[in-house]
Amino acid sequence: MWTLFKQWFHKMGSPRWFYYATGRWLPWLGLVTLVCLVTGLIWGLAFAPEDAKQGNSFRIIYIHVPASMLAMAGYYVMAVAGAIGLIWKMKLADMVMKSAAPIGAALTAIGLFTGAIWGKPTWGAYWVWDARITSMLILLFLYLGVMALQYSYRSQDMANKASAILALVGTVNIPIIYKSVDWWFTLHQPATIKFTEASSMHPDMFRPLLLMIVGFYAFYTLVLILNTRVEIIQRERRTRWVGELMGEA
Amino acid sequence: MHPVRRQRLILVIFIVTLASVTVGLLSYALRENINLFYTPSKIVSGEAPQDTTIRAGGMVVEGSMARAADSLFVSFLVTDGAANLEVHYTGILPDLFAEGEAAVVTGQLNRQGVFEASQVLAKHDENYTPPEVADAMKEAHERMQAGEAGG
Repeated sequence: MWTLFKQWFHKMGSPRWFYYATGRWLPWLGLVTLVCLVTGLIWGLAFAPEDAKQGNSFRIIYIHVPASMLAMAGYYVMAVAGAIGLIWKMKLADMVMKSAAPIGAALTAIGLFTGAIWGKPTWGAYWVWDARITSMLILLFLYLGVMALQYSYRSQDMANKASAILALVGTVNIPIIYKSVDWWFTLHQPATIKFTEASSMHPDMFRPLLLMIVGFYAFYTLVLILNTRVEIIQRERRTRWVGELMGEA
Repeated sequence: MHPVRRQRLILVIFIVTLASVTVGLLSYALRENINLFYTPSKIVSGEAPQDTTIRAGGMVVEGSMARAADSLFVSFLVTDGAANLEVHYTGILPDLFAEGEAAVVTGQLNRQGVFEASQVLAKHDENYTPPEVADAMKEAHERMQAGEAGG
């Protein structure tokens, strides 16, 4: 089992193998993303019952929660890719790290923006400096920092090292975001979706949310693969296989 | 594992551990400051800073809300179960502000121990229920209370 995984790991380390393997997955991944997001959005925005207290404004949860979840999960993807690149000097891992940063930044921005829109009618303020919202803003800056470092060095190797270290240092922020609502007094409410007990949401409202979360995971994977493929072509443009690929196209 | 890689792995673990310990100590030292608001008991016992703008948070006590007939003035009690804090506010309350719900108020404590708020925010809980289910739950709750009172 372990040797099989090691074999797969080494194969995935080859940008060329990754490019061709993911090329076959893309249509399926695209289909899953489309079906989940379209069904989830229509179900959540039009058919799920409205909330007893918030009315229709609660429906922003169908964007806000999945985007914020992926913003946090995506940070681990970026940091782990950075660590693999740092330790094993794997080219593909560095490319994944670079590709993950802008996606994570965009999802964090969506999470903050939808939260602000929801905050005004619910709390009475767009922005409050509580622990959850502030730590989420720090997450956005960490993503932007990794992106900036990628463009700050003449040598790609230096850029990879610097961004990987920043990404690793920033991992400490993820459990803080996640637990901030339990550790401190915040305006943001505690988590609705719990891993150890039943969610504090009616099943009719929860099912479309679950579908949206699956859809966002598929969407994240899809965009990450697409970004990484562009990065592969850019960095490997002088190799023979990319030359042949471009010649074909 | 190759010794060079092992060394780099140790370095990575070291970076993450060091960052976690640093931030952990930092947030431990700042734990009171990271809290968005003070609880009513802290304010009543005088642990919250005086003569400066602070936030207080807690549950709005049922039946404590009183509105002025000719202005936007409103007063209510906020509680954390242990102590009550009287809040005065002039302005429009957020839609979700209600008795029995949580609220966070920004303002200053005056000499009489009344909290004069400049902003009132409603704190929403993590529960989401459709209106019919909420009504049914409320009815069941009332029936149960009526049953207890009658029995």
